[in-house]
Amino acid sequence: MSQAYVWGAIIAVAAISTIGDVLLSRAMKQVGDLGELRRTRGVLVVIGRVLRTPSFVLGICALALGFFSLLIGLSWGDLSLVAPASASLTFVLNAIAAKVFLHERVDHRRWMAALLVAGGVALLSL
Amino acid sequence: MTLRKYLVLAGVTFFGSVGDSMLAHGMQQVGSVSLAHLPSVVLSILNPWVAVGILFLLGFFATYMTALSWADLTYVLPATSFGYVIVALIAKFALHEHVSPMRWLGILLITAGVGFVTRGPELTPPKQAGERNLQEAVPTAVER
Repeated sequence: MSQAYVWGAIIAVAAISTIGDVLLSRAMKQVGDLGELRRTRGVLVVIGRVLRTPSFVLGICALALGFFSLLIGLSWGDLSLVAPASASLTFVLNAIAAKVFLHERVDHRRWMAALLVAGGVALLSL
Repeated sequence: MTLRKYLVLAGVTFFGSVGDSMLAHGMQQVGSVSLAHLPSVVLSILNPWVAVGILFLLGFFATYMTALSWADLTYVLPATSFGYVIVALIAKFALHEHVSPMRWLGILLITAGVGFVTRGPELTPPKQAGERNLQEAVPTAVER
């Protein structure tokens, strides 16, 4: 399979997964600490609350799409390229999306990490 | 950070990397998937490696959701980055893939970068997020 197809799959996995991660993170913050909730209210309450959160359902749909894109990518390229490259690109996109959409405090440490990860991804493609 | 939280992060790393490796092994047995025959992707779950890999990824998902309930997305992803190293080791020694020195360096750089970030706080304080929103809103109001 040509490198263009492999990298196309990697970019698709990263973009779709970022949408899923942001939606899922928003949902989990709305639900609250799952560990605390499980101890005080029980597992069924946790499951019920999670499943009733719209962002969770949308996030799962996006992550499922990302998952099948990853399966296709893994059948086209090496694991040591497809898995880290898509996950690392997802990390960089997530840093941007988390700042913009989730209002997370992405300080210099986290931006530096994003640059290092981007460098790592470039090396992976060589 | 409590021991329980560290164990949850370790679970994300372990389940994610082992699950990915099992999926890769299974998909290589299934063979190349054509865009013209997309339903064959769904049928690939009949492969035992893919099936067990999906079970591991369910474990990953449960621990990942738990971590996201008390930590920032930009903390959880880097904090679990050691999985890249585990994947590279599995690819090298279990799947016998060739991992070139440049790819090793890339994996090292990624791990260094994402490890760097874990020294900070795991969660943006809600008050701080509100303050920043206010700070962002003031210049906008002045400009208008």
